[in-house]
Amino acid sequence: MVRVTCFPYSTILAMRKIVLLLLLSVSAAVFLIQSCHNGSGTANGRPGGAISYNFDVRPILADKCYACHGPDANKRKAGLRLDIRDEAYKALKDNPNAHALVPGDPFHSELYLRVSSKDTSEMMPPPSSNLSLTPDQISTLKQWISQGAKYEKHWAFAVPKQSPLPDVNNKNWSRNEIDYFILNKLEQKGLEPNEEADRERLLKRICLDITGLPPSIELMDKFLNDTSSQAYEKTVDDLLKSPAYGEKMAVHWMDLSRYADSHGYQDDNYRSQWPWRDWVIHAFNENMPYDRFVTWQLAGDLLPNPTKEQLLATGFNRNHKITEEGGAIDEEYRVEYVTDRTNTFGRAFIGVTLECAHCHDHKYDPFSQREYYQMFAFFNNVQERGLEATVGGPETYAKKPLMQISNDDVKGVLNFINKQDTNKLIVSVMGDSNKVRPTYILKRGQYDSHGDSVEPGTPKAILPFGDYPKNRLGLAEWLFDKRNPLTARVFVNQIWQELFGRGIVKTASNFGIQGELPSNPELLDWLAVDFINHHWDIKWLVKKIMMSATYRQSAVISPEKLKADPENIFLSRGPRFRLPAEFIRDLVLCSSGLLVKTIGGPSVKIYQPAGLWESSTSGRGILTTYKQDHGEKLYRRGLYTFIKRTLPPPSMILFDASNRDQCEVKRSNTNTPLQALVMLNDPTVLEASRVLAVKLMIESVPTADKIAKAFRTIVCRKASVKEMKILEDYYEDQVNGFTGKKENAEKLLSAGEHPMNEKVDEVSAAAMMQVITTIYNLEETITKS
Amino acid sequence: MQKQIIENHLSINRRKFLTRMSLGLGSVALGSLLIPDLFSGSPEDDAASFMAGVPHFAPRAKRVIYLFQNGAPSQLESFDFKPRLREMEGMDLPASVRMGQRLTGMSSDQAHFPLAGSLFDFKQYGKSQAWVSDLFPHTAKIVDDICIIKTMFTEAINHDPALTFFQTGAQQGNLPSFGSWMSYGLGSENKNLPAFCVLLSRGKGNGQGVYSKLWSNGFLDSIYQGVQFSSGDNPVLYLNDHNGIDKQSRRKMLDKLAELNDLSYKEFGDPEISTKIKQYEMAYRMQTAVPDITDVSKEPDDIVKMYGPDCLLPGTYAANCLLARKLSENGVRFVQLYHQGWDQHANLPKEMPGQAMDVDQASAALVTDLKQRGLLDETLVIWGGEFGRTNYSQGKLTKDNYGRDHHPRCFSIWMAGGGIKPGIVYGETDDFGYNIVRDPVHVHDFHATCLHLLGLNHEKLTFKSQGRRYRLTDTSGKVVDRIIA
Repeated sequence: MVRVTCFPYSTILAMRKIVLLLLLSVSAAVFLIQSCHNGSGTANGRPGGAISYNFDVRPILADKCYACHGPDANKRKAGLRLDIRDEAYKALKDNPNAHALVPGDPFHSELYLRVSSKDTSEMMPPPSSNLSLTPDQISTLKQWISQGAKYEKHWAFAVPKQSPLPDVNNKNWSRNEIDYFILNKLEQKGLEPNEEADRERLLKRICLDITGLPPSIELMDKFLNDTSSQAYEKTVDDLLKSPAYGEKMAVHWMDLSRYADSHGYQDDNYRSQWPWRDWVIHAFNENMPYDRFVTWQLAGDLLPNPTKEQLLATGFNRNHKITEEGGAIDEEYRVEYVTDRTNTFGRAFIGVTLECAHCHDHKYDPFSQREYYQMFAFFNNVQERGLEATVGGPETYAKKPLMQISNDDVKGVLNFINKQDTNKLIVSVMGDSNKVRPTYILKRGQYDSHGDSVEPGTPKAILPFGDYPKNRLGLAEWLFDKRNPLTARVFVNQIWQELFGRGIVKTASNFGIQGELPSNPELLDWLAVDFINHHWDIKWLVKKIMMSATYRQSAVISPEKLKADPENIFLSRGPRFRLPAEFIRDLVLCSSGLLVKTIGGPSVKIYQPAGLWESSTSGRGILTTYKQDHGEKLYRRGLYTFIKRTLPPPSMILFDASNRDQCEVKRSNTNTPLQALVMLNDPTVLEASRVLAVKLMIESVPTADKIAKAFRTIVCRKASVKEMKILEDYYEDQVNGFTGKKENAEKLLSAGEHPMNEKVDEVSAAAMMQVITTIYNLEETITKS
Repeated sequence: MQKQIIENHLSINRRKFLTRMSLGLGSVALGSLLIPDLFSGSPEDDAASFMAGVPHFAPRAKRVIYLFQNGAPSQLESFDFKPRLREMEGMDLPASVRMGQRLTGMSSDQAHFPLAGSLFDFKQYGKSQAWVSDLFPHTAKIVDDICIIKTMFTEAINHDPALTFFQTGAQQGNLPSFGSWMSYGLGSENKNLPAFCVLLSRGKGNGQGVYSKLWSNGFLDSIYQGVQFSSGDNPVLYLNDHNGIDKQSRRKMLDKLAELNDLSYKEFGDPEISTKIKQYEMAYRMQTAVPDITDVSKEPDDIVKMYGPDCLLPGTYAANCLLARKLSENGVRFVQLYHQGWDQHANLPKEMPGQAMDVDQASAALVTDLKQRGLLDETLVIWGGEFGRTNYSQGKLTKDNYGRDHHPRCFSIWMAGGGIKPGIVYGETDDFGYNIVRDPVHVHDFHATCLHLLGLNHEKLTFKSQGRRYRLTDTSGKVVDRIIA
């Protein structure tokens, strides 16, 4: 902030006067513009025109000023720090007569004078930074200073408290507490909630959200015919009991934990980590409370007399990539693994980007590099090597420390593991050395550049570590300490994101200062506290959200709402978004009747275009050529698809699935032509179309009924008259097209490996297959709406 | 006849779509990918497709073709001639030269580091009198068109991080690749093709894998992802319709699909639905456009002769070079080739001639071909690997055999066209070919220079993710002015 210059002070004062005069006129203009913007008389939508430090000011300072005047001591300019009140209020180091902030007096606050200056030698941020402030932002800073330049603790680092339910005008809409918070915001914005979604859409929504599978026709009939007021709740309860629930929930957890079936890095040979995934499904289905679920994964090995199940859970921290590249430097990679665990802990559990403090103090959040390595220390004591072995046989499919899973285990304590043979099965898990490995600050993050040594600890700004034991078990206790401001908020937000497509905090892995602010902070806090009060009960949380009127709204978007809230931040309509890759596959397989509902077991290799693995492999290991599976293995749910990290299955990646390279808390959701090509030409879709077509062809009902049934099975609702007309016409057209081109019909019906035992008329079956492929390609089919 | 029918359908559809689109096209930015001519009448499309396409200053290059030599070819047998190594053949690498440089786990336990001179001779060529080894006779003929940089250096010492560093600007992490940054920064030139295409091939030499992370969009939107192309019958994944489906049949299905999706749009008003309709039309356009562009069978004889007969064999490096020219000529911003097999830890004298033979003729032909088409001025061609190789033999040194381990401290690449000064050799290494004496070029400098040629300021091409602004050049990188024409 402070100029470093050779001008005598008197000259500067003279210059200042001129600048000040100029500024007065400029800021008057700015003020006029600003008042036009806030015709309602409230500043930034907050009553009374009060500027909030957390919600209005800090985002500006963090984005534009902290890089040089923030937490990073090494990059700090002119000794000025704006993220801490007392520092910002101090007399300037280079100019003891001036202050960056004089509460109540913008025109004596150097901060305001400099950000509003037009003089390139004075202005902040300096032109060389490529950053600049908008007139609105300058005006906000000015108002904030005028109102006393009050600082607040960053919202996410203060312990969440349940505030009373807000008042709402519409007394009839709310079904539970969530709705009061949502409606209150909607009423502030002048928006009205949508009606409840129609029952068919609603059923599809809850089925996909709870189980990841579409409803069967029987369930659709049952739900439509049950007119009791409990029908919805009862169905939610039933679905939560389905074992498919655990499979659905596991997908998000597999992204977060960067689960894969290969070691990663360039050789990328096989790893047998799938029993850990089977445990995750099991744990969700058992409704293990979130605190226990995470504690076992973080520190199951450190629990007193750990069970094999608790040990297996710790596979979480060994899912990261592990090199088998000959010549890799051992310590370089060992440090890389510890780094990965540390960063994953930050993103997944406390929603902060610790990794930014890997090489230097965090530039935005109040985490020092020392604190980063204090976190690092928790994960630094594993008895592991950076390069344990180069590509080899079955003994390399897991890395030490590891556990062996015997056939007896599978009959007993680990009975949820779907082990299908008697081969030796090993899984990488956690295990600390008795002798503590010292942890050092690594200068610039380099593995061989040791600085001071540090003890395990946590960032003070979140919650000091206190007296917990200085190991991973202590870390888990700290994580679930009731005073930890982040843990519950972060998980509640992840579940909200699963159901609404967008978290209350959009940046689900960053609750720090540079993350987005919550769209409804009071709701987030209310839910977080209630979740803790309900003993971290995950099914309770899912059900609570699903029972709200907010969740049950129809997804219809009126032009007014599209304009007022294009991203549906305030939820004046129900969620509507394209399904994640795995659930598109599930929907296709399930509706065609091909789905094999076996739970767990080794991952499977589905149809994939030829030559992909072959053209990229190093030639070492058992994953150099793609050996596609056959029979039942072709019809398993999406989460069991084999993930080779260096070349994950393209049909999934094109639909934004994670490549499992690193912890991923939120996937993107794109809409591309390559996705159209997958849906039109992937053998999985064509085979499903063929199988369903043949199944329908042997039913002795009129063609229209067959088409109607196909539509209902796939789209999960009855087709409209118009839709039926289009599809029936299309069917007739295709019958005409294939008549006389029987060879085309035969070729089309050859899609996929599923045997065709039934004798059907090729022409009509092919025509029906085209109709069904069309239905699979509907936007609504692969959309939750 | 059939073509006419299709055209007719297209024109009907175009009208229908424009009517539908006027209801509000949606917020999804289509970015670089596949905006077909079908929609060229709609201003909204142009706005969406060229959203990010503002260069910071006048570009010298519009497109890049990056011929990545995966596995790290030896500079000592290609462009960095070191007679001293032959004179000292078999003597130990002096500690004063090594200066504590870290070694890979593969040679760190060697008791001796016997210096090994190139078994292949070097000669000087062209006006620039650049030294080129006998393994690269075709490249030798174009030395006056290229700039050889002898002083590239990197921080990584193993393949995975080194390759990732070159392609994403960082050794670790899931960051956007160079090509993704470019399509993010410059958008697409051709509305029928992706802005960023990837082509893979493999030689017979010791190989190192490539991985899709190298052409990943990282935190950028997935429309900036590299799309893998191949020179075979199925140039893009899932592009070909199943047997039994012809063009007309596909068109009919898409028409029905659009009608049905439109009903959905009327009910829900979700702009994603109109985008979806549009993406299916784009996919259809691509099914026609891509096979046309990737078909090399109609190339004239002189072109085939220039690239060598392999260029007609799908999946070879030569075929990929020819395909790269065709894609680039058709406006693909960034064509990334990888040729595997350059990791000569042992048997270098036996393996390297084959590797060089694979790439030499076609690489030189690509430069010449672009030049004769008047495209070299606006196309930046880059040839090089992820690091260099040691001047000492890994394993036993014999009269006619040796291997070389990884060497990050200096190695050679060449660049041509797109504003690069032709006919120069940049930088100097010491007599041992071990350290840089003058004009080092770091990976970040290399990226900064490439972006500069493309009209992009590497400090301004940023993207904010997880609260941090990222750049391809992280926090450093200097444009190497002296290699710019």
